[in-house]
Amino acid sequence: MSPTLTDASSLLADPADGLVALESRKSQAETFGIPLAVLAELTHRCPLQCPYCSNPLELERGGAELTTDEWKRVLGELAEIGVLQIHFSGGEPTARKDLVEIVQHATDVGLYSNLITSAVLLTKDKLTALADAGLCHVQISFQGSEEGIADRVAGLKDAHARKVEAASWVRELGLPLTVNAVMHRQNLFQLADIIQMAVDLDADRLEVANVQYYGWALRNRAALMPTIQQIDESSRVVEEAEARLKGILAIDYVVPDYYALRPKKCMGGWGRQFFNISPSGKILPCHAAETITGLEFETVRDHSIAWIWQNSEAFNRYRGTGWMPEPCQSCAYKEVDYGGCRCQAFALTGHAGNTDPACALSPVHEQIFKTAMREAAGDTRRFIYRNFAGGTLEADAHGA
Amino acid sequence: MALRNRRIDITEGSRPVLARHAKLKFDEARQVWVILVPERVLAPDEIAVEILQLCDGVRNVDQIVDVLAARYAADREMIGADVIAMLRDLAEKGFLAEAQDTKP
Repeated sequence: MSPTLTDASSLLADPADGLVALESRKSQAETFGIPLAVLAELTHRCPLQCPYCSNPLELERGGAELTTDEWKRVLGELAEIGVLQIHFSGGEPTARKDLVEIVQHATDVGLYSNLITSAVLLTKDKLTALADAGLCHVQISFQGSEEGIADRVAGLKDAHARKVEAASWVRELGLPLTVNAVMHRQNLFQLADIIQMAVDLDADRLEVANVQYYGWALRNRAALMPTIQQIDESSRVVEEAEARLKGILAIDYVVPDYYALRPKKCMGGWGRQFFNISPSGKILPCHAAETITGLEFETVRDHSIAWIWQNSEAFNRYRGTGWMPEPCQSCAYKEVDYGGCRCQAFALTGHAGNTDPACALSPVHEQIFKTAMREAAGDTRRFIYRNFAGGTLEADAHGA
Repeated sequence: MALRNRRIDITEGSRPVLARHAKLKFDEARQVWVILVPERVLAPDEIAVEILQLCDGVRNVDQIVDVLAARYAADREMIGADVIAMLRDLAEKGFLAEAQDTKP
């Protein structure tokens, strides 16, 4: 017999996946399955002001957000077309007063739910109510290993202490905990301490993600870009920790792609295995997709999710490999990385259809690499904090 | 530094159940069984599904092996080794819990 467990990502390779529930129309989407997991940004409101926030520069206001009933309908649709897991994110998802009701509905329709939170608004009662509503997993973001840097990056006093406390409630309630730490030039020296912090918090997983430069992070690039020495040192620290903490803490490490030779397989390929729902219900190929001007994104208020996944021009524009220019078109890796990241190509070259400059074969790769080196060696420290006012420059006192 | 070990040990006498955050489910859209865990979806094969369905918090591992040996008229020792290996693999990943005594 020999029972086996395999990772189900291979399920996605099956062309027929999940499409039984879809309207059948001729489109490229027919060759792709329905994502196993979807990210729902419930709101862009957030008490934190992190300078690398993954939300767009133009934040969606509270009044534009989907209502409780609209989110419930969305969750039902997701379950019906074959989505299995839902990541509730933001902004800060706990800023939604109806979060417990939304999580309960996810449970009722059979979705596995994950809360991606800054945790600063959580109380023990709130977390208990979420656990009772069927929440399966909690991911808490940390901005550093101690309050000095962490509170400065978050732009919120006492944020770090509140996160530490909330993490202890997560474990008290028996929920699995992932610690997420976003790394950059000003906190990379704390990496070893952050790994230890995750162990002390009794986390199951640690995500160590170097900043990706879109939107807010791109505006703050000069203050965030790590040096190549920091990246080398970090890789060593992570490798050593992975070996030492096997069976205790799983570590996922995301390297910064300005220093890479090959681009990342962004989102597993545009429109291939992931989509994101914005607070107002726009269906996006990734959370940064709106940085690309000239693409129109449909909302769940106008169409079914299945229809959008299959027919959206924005999704179909960069699906597969047919859209690729040279050197991608004749590249042996084109079905490995799908040409890297469209948002990065747009941010750095002005055209989303260009080769991702993170790739060594891009004509501007060398120039990007030099920019990274120059910015990393510079003395810009002050952040532009993320907010609804279009960003606020950090006061001199902190970062001078 | 206190390292709390929450991985349970699997022996013949254990009564394992899936942990609260590991959900066995039949995926209607894809027509396959899946185990949903944080950030991942696992695809158990038919035998693994059968074993997990027998992990009801009442049967212990010995009794689960009995059921399977009778069902497949197969060598009990071999089945026992396979069952324990699979459950240990899941326990190692933190996806199994020990059933609590439910006395009235």
